[in-house]
Amino acid sequence: MSMTQTNSPIPALELRNLDVAYTVRGIDRQVLRDISLTIATGESYGLVGESGCGKSTAAFAAMRYLPRNGKITGGSILFEGNDMVAMSDSQVSDLRKSAISMVYQNPISALNPTIRIGTQVAEVFRLAGSSRNDAMMLAEQALNQVRIADVARVMRRYPHQLSGGMAQRVVIAMALASNPRLLVMDEPTTGLDATVEAEVLDLVRELRRETGTAVLFISHNLGVIRHMCDRVGVLYAGALVEQGATANLLSEPSHPYTVGLLRCIPRGGLHKNTDRLETIPGTPPPLGEHFDGCVFAARCSLADDICRTQKPEMVTVGDQHVARCFKHEQAPSMPRAVEGLTAQSSGRAVRPHTTANLLNIDHLSKVFTQDGHAVTVVNDVTLHVGVGETLGLVGESGSGKTTIAKLILGLTNSETGSRLVLEGKDIAASLSKRDVQDVGAMQIVFQNPDQALNRRHSVTRIVSRAVERLRGLSHAESDDRAHELLAGMRVEASLHSARPAQLSGGLKQRVAISRAFAGAPQLVVCDEPTSALDVSVQATILNLLVDLQKQDGTSYIFISHDLGVVRYISDRIAVLYLGRIMELGSSETVFNGPHHPYTEALVSSVPAIDGSQRVRVRLGGDIPSPANPPTGCVLNPRCPRIAGSGVEHLCTSVEPDLKEVEPGHFIRCHIPIDQLRTLQK
Amino acid sequence: MNPKDSDLATKANLERAQIRKERMGLLKKNKAFIVGSVILSIWVFFAIFGNLVAPFRADDSDYDFVSSPPSMARFFGTDSSGQDVFSRVIIGTRLILVMSFIATALGTVLGTSLGLVSGYFKGWFDTILMRLLEAISAIPALIIALLAIAALDGRSPTMTVFVIAFVFTPNIARTVRAAVLGEAELEYVAAARLRTERTPHILFREILPNVLPPIIVEFTVRLGYAIFAIATLSFLGAGVEFGSPNWGTQISENWSSIFNNQWWPTAFPALAIASLAVSVNLISDGLLEVFEL
Amino acid sequence: MKTFLLKRLGLSVLTVLLVAIIVFFMTHILPGDVARRSLGRQATPQDVIDFNKSYGLDRPLLVQLFNWLKDLLRGDLGVSMQTSRPVSEMILPAIGYSSRLAGMAFVMIIPISVVGGIAAAMNRGKKIDRIITVGGLSAAVIPEFVWAVILVLVFGVFIQIFPVTAFPDDPSAGILVHMGYLILPSIALLFVLFGYIARITRAGVIEALDSDYMRTAVLKGHSRRKAVTSHVLRNALLPTIAVIASQVPYLVGGLVAVEIVFNYPGFGTVLLTAVGARDYNVLQSGVIITSLVIVSFQLAADILFAVLNPRIRQRISE
Repeated sequence: MSMTQTNSPIPALELRNLDVAYTVRGIDRQVLRDISLTIATGESYGLVGESGCGKSTAAFAAMRYLPRNGKITGGSILFEGNDMVAMSDSQVSDLRKSAISMVYQNPISALNPTIRIGTQVAEVFRLAGSSRNDAMMLAEQALNQVRIADVARVMRRYPHQLSGGMAQRVVIAMALASNPRLLVMDEPTTGLDATVEAEVLDLVRELRRETGTAVLFISHNLGVIRHMCDRVGVLYAGALVEQGATANLLSEPSHPYTVGLLRCIPRGGLHKNTDRLETIPGTPPPLGEHFDGCVFAARCSLADDICRTQKPEMVTVGDQHVARCFKHEQAPSMPRAVEGLTAQSSGRAVRPHTTANLLNIDHLSKVFTQDGHAVTVVNDVTLHVGVGETLGLVGESGSGKTTIAKLILGLTNSETGSRLVLEGKDIAASLSKRDVQDVGAMQIVFQNPDQALNRRHSVTRIVSRAVERLRGLSHAESDDRAHELLAGMRVEASLHSARPAQLSGGLKQRVAISRAFAGAPQLVVCDEPTSALDVSVQATILNLLVDLQKQDGTSYIFISHDLGVVRYISDRIAVLYLGRIMELGSSETVFNGPHHPYTEALVSSVPAIDGSQRVRVRLGGDIPSPANPPTGCVLNPRCPRIAGSGVEHLCTSVEPDLKEVEPGHFIRCHIPIDQLRTLQK
Repeated sequence: MNPKDSDLATKANLERAQIRKERMGLLKKNKAFIVGSVILSIWVFFAIFGNLVAPFRADDSDYDFVSSPPSMARFFGTDSSGQDVFSRVIIGTRLILVMSFIATALGTVLGTSLGLVSGYFKGWFDTILMRLLEAISAIPALIIALLAIAALDGRSPTMTVFVIAFVFTPNIARTVRAAVLGEAELEYVAAARLRTERTPHILFREILPNVLPPIIVEFTVRLGYAIFAIATLSFLGAGVEFGSPNWGTQISENWSSIFNNQWWPTAFPALAIASLAVSVNLISDGLLEVFEL
Repeated sequence: MKTFLLKRLGLSVLTVLLVAIIVFFMTHILPGDVARRSLGRQATPQDVIDFNKSYGLDRPLLVQLFNWLKDLLRGDLGVSMQTSRPVSEMILPAIGYSSRLAGMAFVMIIPISVVGGIAAAMNRGKKIDRIITVGGLSAAVIPEFVWAVILVLVFGVFIQIFPVTAFPDDPSAGILVHMGYLILPSIALLFVLFGYIARITRAGVIEALDSDYMRTAVLKGHSRRKAVTSHVLRNALLPTIAVIASQVPYLVGGLVAVEIVFNYPGFGTVLLTAVGARDYNVLQSGVIITSLVIVSFQLAADILFAVLNPRIRQRISE
């Protein structure tokens, strides 16, 4: 199926001064502004940006598909030189059948829930003219091409029976079935587990090599873009602000936004103890905002009056590298902005502690009943958290990390035999049985501030009520304290009477953090606190958390799927798989090795922004269901190091214990640490 | 403090106030809402001032003008006992409006309480309640009402009001329960528990404010159906006492006269029922559309 | 699959049982005397005692309930207090007539409402959509008897096309004639049921139209029309099944008023007369039968829904 590449001069896709607007409540809002980009035949082009930048709109525009209230207000979309805007509906349909295909962000919902997989894939072939039987056979071939095992079984399934990774492979198969010359991929791996994401991306790279399709790849993740794309364009507020060859642009950015973005990301090697994350002040503007001058001027530290009043043009800054900025020369050395806490906000001195460990978790377990089966979601977890330390919890779906958080806080009851000891004192398993001090001592910041804050309450009330209940102050005193806390988190006074819906994501999360700290807690569980936020906003929140920890000596249990963030902020990390701790050690040890084979696979699946490639260690198969864990070591069917280890017979029959292989470093594996060290060099 | 933050934040504030203003503007322009409000206002006016405004008293029988068609003196004509149809219609407004409103309010309060408790606690209370509600739903509402009225030997409006409230409770409880089930999963409820809030606080100060919008809409919809139910019951001769003019009995009493081509004693009460019910419905429809529920 | 069916059937039986108990208690918490009402003012105390004895009203409440349930299961509906004849003699023919009317109405309502809902959804926001949605719901809130009255006035008195009774004067007339007589009452019922069914159908179609899988279908290269027919309808119509089942109670309830207006000797008329006469045996049995019919419809709808919805079907067969 491989084709030799003939670089024809006509680009696969060209957007020329494209303007797109959405009509909301009667007003037109500009979503794409004067976008011009070219994708050559067989080239992979990445479009990167944060929320509200319009990248999804650009992706759909390439398919000439806009929502009901969207319209093209200017410019053109050219596919292989032909103007798509001028085409009739049936001409566009023909293109979609045979030349341009799309892969979506949520693969399961992109499939029809009442039609079998096989039929849906075959539909692509039927649209191309095949008979029903031929189409089914071709569908089978297409699914084989995306490396799906047991194709016949998958073809008879319905979408809801597939895992996210499997569903995405199906969608990719459907997209490639029509032999397209352009493949548009809209955040195809967002929401998938890290190891699954790596598999899917690898698949796409291989398929691209085989078919020579041009790719428009949309993502917010710079590491993924680096890994997948030849060239990249940076979108901000609907405008293309910088464009160039990926490696070049990411190592020598010329637009203040790109510079700032790259500086915000907690890259490997940075740690909270030594480095502070940079931030881009403010938040990305909402969709359709109006600007007089440069779209980025409001947040740019280099901006002056010219920037605020005139729109900059694209300027060449290097070989095939352009930036839309008046100040591009000063950009790389632009002053650093570091945001965090303002002044002392807790009003409490660091509490002297009596025990070495703040929290001891012993034999924590949780069993759920699902359809009559007992499912062990958390299996005999023993951990401790020191005073003023951050323990990172890392794991994929089914690892049990969120359940552990709920068990610690008492939101769910643990099984008998579990023990929680806070500062030497036993804590009741159930929240309702704990006394006020203990409840206030352990708090949480949730992932989604939209759901974590009562949308009918004012910001003041949200924080004040927590103070009132946890500290026993009067209503008026609580209000004052609430204002103090919020001000410390840089939530300014004019917003205190507002409702959460009026605030941006970052601000909401700061309110949530204020609330968590209302009772002067000793431990705060952070459950994916920045996962729903843009990268530029994430850094501010992380800095805030770090500052609070330094100031108050608060401990954190930090849960995240983002390994870069966990590595930056944690002192120690626990790696979880199917409800068990697979590895426990300091942040650097867990990341650098020698480490557990699962950790090895996990760490190697994260694409680095600087393009440095670890050797990809792959996990075979899918994550097993917690209802049916494998016998022996739960990783054994997928373990990348089991073959040739000399201990296969143990791995398949006996579950290993969590052993201390080096001081402070625990691994649950039959393979001796020295052997791992040699293998993983 | 970062000046850039505050600019964007203040803009967010303005945006929200803008949205509210836009919504009120849309509401005022919404045809359904306007038409409904106008018609309803007229009826409310009659409900309050009917007795004063009516040209004749409800039981004034004028035997010189028996069964006479609509005229300038008697807009809606007279019925077979010589009573002025127009006066009877407007005087009868109060009864049906007041009864419907109270019945709906009662049913809403009851249904909301049940739904809140059922949706939050789940467990056996929920299961039993749902079974009971399902059983009640398996009997047509009208028939339950008739049965209840027969059992309670009722010719009193109070009884009817209670019966209708009872009949409405299942549906409202179900709606509220569904909304509460969704809300209770959201993290702010867990956050409330994590600051030692007790159940009553969680139910009424945390969850209820968030489920109010669908409850309000449900109320207006139910109000329309209350009018429907009361009119039907009085037509069938149940639930209201003899004597006081009410639209349903006006129709049932004068039905036979249509065979003499005397359409007006039945047509006008029928149109009154229709217009009142529809006006309430239009208002709720307008609200639904503007607040995008 | 079998366990699911059995479970579902069991639930239905439980529901009917609950209905029976509720009905029983409702009809027995009476202030006021059944006997006296039935026998009239001339009844002597001895007459009352005899009456109570013959109808078993002097036994303790729970015993009465038990006996009654036992009889019901044997198919014995008891004896009417008005006519002293078996209840089944009064009810069964009436049910026959009502079924004809209900059937006719159903046959009209379902296609018109579903098509209306789809049309409204496909033309979302346009005038036709507003007319169907707002018009439909407004019509639904007007009581059936008011519609019946209006229809009779318009089509029976002013423009004399349709007959104003539901029953032809000559009972031996052919089927088509009978159906002709049933048209007006069916239309009255249609107005009341159309709105809600159309609205739910519309919502289902819109959700499917806005869904990701509809977008996928279009981006595969389907024309919009083809995408709708092959992808949207099969998903959109699932909620419609549920809503039709939920409307059956309202249809039955509507029969009562409509039959009165059109002078139709159906089940509704029987019930109403029983209410007036406080004939509890007829009432109880009548309500049970009504519930049986409704519960059967809901059971059928649930099963149909489960069969058509892969998520449920697959879960129950594993």
